[in-house]
Amino acid sequence: MLTKKARLRIFYLTLLSFFVATIIFLVLKSLEENVVYFFSPTEIYYKSNISLNKKIRVGGLVKEGSVKKKEKGINFVITDLKNEIIVSFTGIVPNLFSEGKGVIAEGKLRDKKYFITNKILAKHDENYMPPEVSKALAGTK
Amino acid sequence: MFKNFLPNKILSINNKLINNLISLMIVILFIGFIYAIFISPPDYIQGDAVRIMYVHVPSSFISLGCFAIIGIASILNLIFKIKFMPLIAKSLAPIGAVFTLISIATGSLWGKPTWGVWWVWDARLTSMAILFCFYIAYMLTWKLITKYEKAKKVSTIIAILGLFNLPVIKYSVDWWNTLHQPSSITLTSAPTIHYTMLFPLLIMLFGLAIYSLVIFLMQYKSELIKFKISNKKK
Repeated sequence: MLTKKARLRIFYLTLLSFFVATIIFLVLKSLEENVVYFFSPTEIYYKSNISLNKKIRVGGLVKEGSVKKKEKGINFVITDLKNEIIVSFTGIVPNLFSEGKGVIAEGKLRDKKYFITNKILAKHDENYMPPEVSKALAGTK
Repeated sequence: MFKNFLPNKILSINNKLINNLISLMIVILFIGFIYAIFISPPDYIQGDAVRIMYVHVPSSFISLGCFAIIGIASILNLIFKIKFMPLIAKSLAPIGAVFTLISIATGSLWGKPTWGVWWVWDARLTSMAILFCFYIAYMLTWKLITKYEKAKKVSTIIAILGLFNLPVIKYSVDWWNTLHQPSSITLTSAPTIHYTMLFPLLIMLFGLAIYSLVIFLMQYKSELIKFKISNKKK
C-alpha cells in the first residue's frame, strides 16, 4: 500500500522528530532551574549552590497551626511533609490563603530554614467539591 | 468515518446537517449554562469562581485537540500527499486559536481571585502562550504566502513543530513545579472533581465541541470551494 517514496518520507520524518524531541528535551533539561516555578523545602535543603541574594520562590503546604500574626504581616511554616521552612511575610494575605492549603512565596532566603517575602500566592489543588462534601469529608477524618 | 471528510462528501452535505447541529448545540449549551451557573454548587474553597472552569477547561481541551488534528493532518499530507488534508488543517486553525485565547483569558480571570495574580510565567501558562503563538504563525503563513503550494509547505513545518509543544503543555504540571494545578480528570484514576461539577463540565465540553464542529464544517466547505475555483482557473 505504501509507495517507496512514502516509506522514505516516514523514515525521514521519524528521524527528524527524534532529533527535534531530543533538542527540546535537552533545552528544557538545562533550563530546568528556570522552568520550575518554585522549589519545595526539600529541594532547597539539598541544593548546594544556593544564592541568598537572588529572588526565588518556595512552595508547599502551610503547616497546620503555624500561622502567627505579627505587625504588618504573618509568620508561617511551609512544609512538603519532609522538610520545613519558616516564612516571614509582610503584606496583605490573599483570600484563599489558609492552613493546610498550598502556597507559593516569592522572596529571598536568609538561610536555608528562613525565608523573607512580601508576595505570596495561594495555590489551588486539583480537588473540586461542594462545601457540604468537604464538611462531610472533614467529619469522617 | 474517514470517508465522510473526503471533498465530494463534504460538498454534498447540505446545510440541513449544519442547521441541525446548530439547534443541537444551542440546546446543549443552554442546558450547560443553566447547569453551570445555577444548579452546580460553589466550590468549598474557591466559591463561585469555580464556575469559570466550565468554560476554561473545555476551551483548553478544544484548543489542544484542534492543534493535534492540524499536526496530524499536516503529517498525513507530508507523507501521503493527500490533497484535502491541508484544507482541514487550515480550517481548524482559527477555531483553535480563538479557544486558546478564551482559555488564557478565563484562566486569568480565575487566577486573580484564586492565586492573587492574573498571570505568571509558570510552565503550563507559558506553554499555552507558545501554543497561541504557533496558531498565529500557522494562520499568518496561509495569509501572507500567496502561492498555495509554498504556503502549504511552510504551514506544514510550523504545524509539525507545534505538535511537540502539546505533550509539554499536557504534562507540564506533572514534570515541573507549577502554580497551575494538575489535571482533575485523568484516564488512569478517578476524577478529583465532584460529580455535581463534573457533569456540567462534560455538558459544556460537548456543547463547545459541537460548536467547533459546526464552524469547522462551514470553514472547510468554503475552503474546498475556493480550492476548486482556483484550480479551475489554471
